[in-house]
Amino acid sequence: MEKFTTHTGVGVPLRQSNVDTDQIIPAVYLKRITRTGFEDALFAGWRKDPAFILNQEPFNTGSVLVAGPDFGTGSSREHAVWALKDYGFKTVLSSRFADIFRGNSGKQGLLAAEVAQDDIELIWKELENAPGTAVTVDLVSKTVRCGNIVAPFEIDDYTRWRLLEGLDDIGLTLQHEEDITAFEATRPSFKPKTLPAKLS
Amino acid sequence: MAKTLAEKVWDAHVVRKGDGEGANAQPDLLFIDLHLVHEVTSPQAFEGLRLAGRPLRRTDLTIATEDHNTPTLDIDKPIADLTSRTQIQTLRNNCQEFGVRLHSLGDAEQGIVHVVGPQLGLTQPGMTVVCGDSHTSTHGAFGALAMGIGTSEVEHVMATQTLSLKPFKTMAINVEGTLKPGVSAKDIILAVIAKIGTGGGQGFVLEYRGSAIRALSMEARMTICNMSIEAGARAGLVAPDQTTYDYMFGRPHAPQGAEWDAAVEYWDTLRSEDDATFDVEVDLDADTLEPFVTWGTNPGQGVSLSAKVPSPEDFGDENAKAAAERALQYMGLEAGTPMKEIRVDTVFLGSCTNSRMEDLRAAADIIRGRTKDPNVRMLVVPGSARVRLEAEAEGLDKVFKDFGAEWRFAGCSMCLGMNPDQLEPGERCASTSNRNFEGRQGKGGRTHLVSPVVAAATAVRGTLSSPSDLDPAPESAALSTDAA
Repeated sequence: MEKFTTHTGVGVPLRQSNVDTDQIIPAVYLKRITRTGFEDALFAGWRKDPAFILNQEPFNTGSVLVAGPDFGTGSSREHAVWALKDYGFKTVLSSRFADIFRGNSGKQGLLAAEVAQDDIELIWKELENAPGTAVTVDLVSKTVRCGNIVAPFEIDDYTRWRLLEGLDDIGLTLQHEEDITAFEATRPSFKPKTLPAKLS
Repeated sequence: MAKTLAEKVWDAHVVRKGDGEGANAQPDLLFIDLHLVHEVTSPQAFEGLRLAGRPLRRTDLTIATEDHNTPTLDIDKPIADLTSRTQIQTLRNNCQEFGVRLHSLGDAEQGIVHVVGPQLGLTQPGMTVVCGDSHTSTHGAFGALAMGIGTSEVEHVMATQTLSLKPFKTMAINVEGTLKPGVSAKDIILAVIAKIGTGGGQGFVLEYRGSAIRALSMEARMTICNMSIEAGARAGLVAPDQTTYDYMFGRPHAPQGAEWDAAVEYWDTLRSEDDATFDVEVDLDADTLEPFVTWGTNPGQGVSLSAKVPSPEDFGDENAKAAAERALQYMGLEAGTPMKEIRVDTVFLGSCTNSRMEDLRAAADIIRGRTKDPNVRMLVVPGSARVRLEAEAEGLDKVFKDFGAEWRFAGCSMCLGMNPDQLEPGERCASTSNRNFEGRQGKGGRTHLVSPVVAAATAVRGTLSSPSDLDPAPESAALSTDAA
């Protein structure tokens, strides 16, 4: 995973709450077996509408998505994160993220920054008044800057550390393989195994 | 400190405790007892293992099935959609290469992953269960800690049989009282979500408690736990009891003999202590609950079936107001319209929420001897091939077919329309599934989430209806209902 310290890019105001993962990427795009190439799938339903924000200059070049509360609800599809990244987004700001989406973002190096709704409103206004305004998201100081607005954001320390260092989760866990093996030895025998298969 | 059920299950699976305290604690490393796999969220995870040269650590705790893409017609023919066919073939190749047990289309144990696990007896109390699917929360009905995960985590579990998980908060959902006839588990959970909102459960594990929950069957408890994710929760569970044990006993992978006794002894300890405290408690009165239905485009936008379509002005919060306006426009609804006057085009009975034997029986009991509204099409999609076989053994397929419904093969089907079962733009559907998101069941499709009996009554009348709205069925039909 690439390290994330700070990012500056065009902010995209998405004035909508409850942006679920079916909107971020409709299910029909989930049939692919690759991990990349999902840029065309991002908000595919909404992008058919010429008035949609990503169909407007300069927002189509955006890399900082500024969304309403409860972003990423619904399905666990990590494809939602891949689609945002493939399109060019580096970070999403929202006052509240769905848990699975937030987790998936952390694994893929997309920064999900939790910003108070009052600050989101200010950033929305700034981006709408001056389209193309850059937003800087600084993971070191945990702050967002947009025009004259400086706002703090929340992210848990562990995810922040992993993003800053660009660490691979599986590699980290396998450092503790002895602990896993020791735990496995204590697993009660009444707990089920899938193999050998038993059928009704 | 006295523990809640969720905390007990968590603590029993900690491989390695994370450092630190509170919100900034490092995650604990938890052992995973059961990993369920399907074709959509696994190909990139298998590919990750392959690229890193890693084996799948515990094939004996992993099971796969095909569900999201599978057609529900002509399953003996090659899958027509090439990308679907490729994705399913990829799962088959990966399972072969890594040694994972797979139940493929055509196999008697194939079906929706959350129907298959419990049916085989692989889901048991006190386990940790994960799957690359948000509705994994279903398995919480057994007192398991069951969570949906993303593909990176799927790969992590494949490689290590563990997950790094952040601490959670606990929420008790107390449902006391007795449900009225025609009111079911689906109505409980839709009412819970309407009450706490789609983000209300964020960061929480929900425990459903109270006399109304204890009175529910396992299948009904699965319906409730299934939709915990629609409230944003990380998981939802119900403490195991005799109802759980009776359901488990004799299933293929349930323990037997002395192992069964040892298991029950352990399972009996799996309940929240009387003096354990939850971070939040929510109360719901089962006595006054009515059939529930959604009017909008997220599962929290629901009302009693006897109510009217709300007005955006009813919402104080500006975001909720804007969301309601947008939802009404998408749904093609006018504020103030009685819900029961809304006409539907399609009724979908299926999905991991409501596709088990009890769901099919409950719907069949409503339609038996009645006539379907001629303008409504009804799809009945059993949750698994096994459910389909059992239903056919009871003659339920005949009840549905006589009524004019389509009796299909098992899979996720129209819940998310990854296979050909989709709504047309503007088509309106009463659906027993779990999500009424824009375009979820097909581009431009409009979804109203309902219980199986409301779905059935709606198919009879053509408008959103509860069973109590129906004229009495002919006498011969009533007799056959008794016989069933």
